[in-house]
Amino acid sequence: MTDQDNLKYTAEHEWVSIDGDIATVGITAYAADKLGDVVYIDLPAVGAELSGGTVVGEIESTKSVGELFAPIDGTVTEVNDAVVDAPDLVNSEPFGAGWLLRVRFTNLPELLSAAQYRELVGE
Amino acid sequence: MSDPRPTASPARFSPLHDVHVAAGASFTDFAGWQMPVRYSSDLAEHRAVRTAAGLFDLSHMAEVSVTGPDAGAFLDYALAGKLSAIALLQAKYSLLLNERGGVIDDLVVYRTGEHEFLVVANAGNRDAAVQALTERAAAFEAVTVEDISDRVALIAVQGPASRAILEATEGLETTDPLSSVRYYRTTGATFGGGTVLIARTGYTGEDGFELYVDAPDASALWAALAAAGQDHGLIPAGLAARDTLRLEAGMPLYGHELGPDTFPAQAGLGRVVALGKEGDFVGRQASEHGPDPAARVLVGLTAEGRRAGREGYPVYATADAEAVFDALEGMVEPAGIITSGALSPTLGHPIAMAYVDPSLSAVGTRLFVDVRGTRIPATVVTLPFYRRAAV
Repeated sequence: MTDQDNLKYTAEHEWVSIDGDIATVGITAYAADKLGDVVYIDLPAVGAELSGGTVVGEIESTKSVGELFAPIDGTVTEVNDAVVDAPDLVNSEPFGAGWLLRVRFTNLPELLSAAQYRELVGE
Repeated sequence: MSDPRPTASPARFSPLHDVHVAAGASFTDFAGWQMPVRYSSDLAEHRAVRTAAGLFDLSHMAEVSVTGPDAGAFLDYALAGKLSAIALLQAKYSLLLNERGGVIDDLVVYRTGEHEFLVVANAGNRDAAVQALTERAAAFEAVTVEDISDRVALIAVQGPASRAILEATEGLETTDPLSSVRYYRTTGATFGGGTVLIARTGYTGEDGFELYVDAPDASALWAALAAAGQDHGLIPAGLAARDTLRLEAGMPLYGHELGPDTFPAQAGLGRVVALGKEGDFVGRQASEHGPDPAARVLVGLTAEGRRAGREGYPVYATADAEAVFDALEGMVEPAGIITSGALSPTLGHPIAMAYVDPSLSAVGTRLFVDVRGTRIPATVVTLPFYRRAAV
């Protein structure tokens, strides 16, 4: 489990964990809860070039479809195959085993702090 | 006609609202009501109903009391079915039609006495249904139409363990043993000094019961049912599970498969319109004429994979958008539209109901659903998608 206070966040309800030039990306517990049980996840392929702020994947629950936005510019270095096989990991461990992508980036844009994100979602 | 759009009126709350808050439910707006969408996991709630039982609060549904010596004749005129013919304690699915033969609401009618009926309407159609029934009652001398929704709570127990749970519920005494109450039949009951109407009806495709209870008694009855259900795998279930359950069971939902401009026959509900009954009824002339032969008809669609076509997604007869565009040098109209769709929790693949051109409605027809730009192949199948095993 990642320490949620040390993560960065986006207004699109993604979390970002920075390790060197690699960013691990997932969606927040708040977003997972709003979606309901996630049943399908579509992620970009390894090697895909992401442009920050654009839609790069889909997260479907029984009731609705959520879009995954790239939080930063970069290249996908790894996708979480486990979460594609078992999308409910997004619900059970959104900050842990339910991570989605790893991205190599050059520039880190300004992201929300944990406190700012909590304020955004009213928690 | 009343305005069907949501109004800015304050949210309504079920008499069980505090119970749901205490249970940690997530809420959603449904026709102006704040109702539980899920308690923990909608998939777990869905599966509980298929394998054990689920406990639903349906207190947002509208109840209308129709009483008086003319009640039967009035309902025969006001609704599409022949309600005067149903037996005491029997239930019947029916439709409230407009003059054009379209659907104002779909309802369940219970005969609770020789001259007493309970009409249960959708929450979102409460005002429209009450208004239509009241207007149509004007031509009858001895009938009273009364909206009793605010006094009545509705709790459903759905799933194979339902009967055992009701039989084990402390304080719930039924007039007839539940083993003798068949599907679409009812029995009276008492609970805590008040009366309860128990109907073997539901909207999930499973065996189950719906309990109409005075609003002040709802919390105690909910608690007693929940306690009795502990040993039977009963869990509270929200509207998300209710929707996927009814979709698997191929049951129409007003506003999706049914509406004011849709003939029942298009939705496969032609048999609900009793053209053979004597006397006039609202919508008879239009119903006898029926829909245009080219009018779209409701079909079931299944697909492979896990990407579900959802409400509003267009359906095409071909996979290749480009080729058709080139050929016609213009927009290609879709051959249909999905009205409800989801990844079926029970079956594990996408299912949908869709209105399609009649030429494409035969079982086995290959169609293509536009899922956000990707054409997903789908096959027309017979409804329902899921049918419970016979017991």
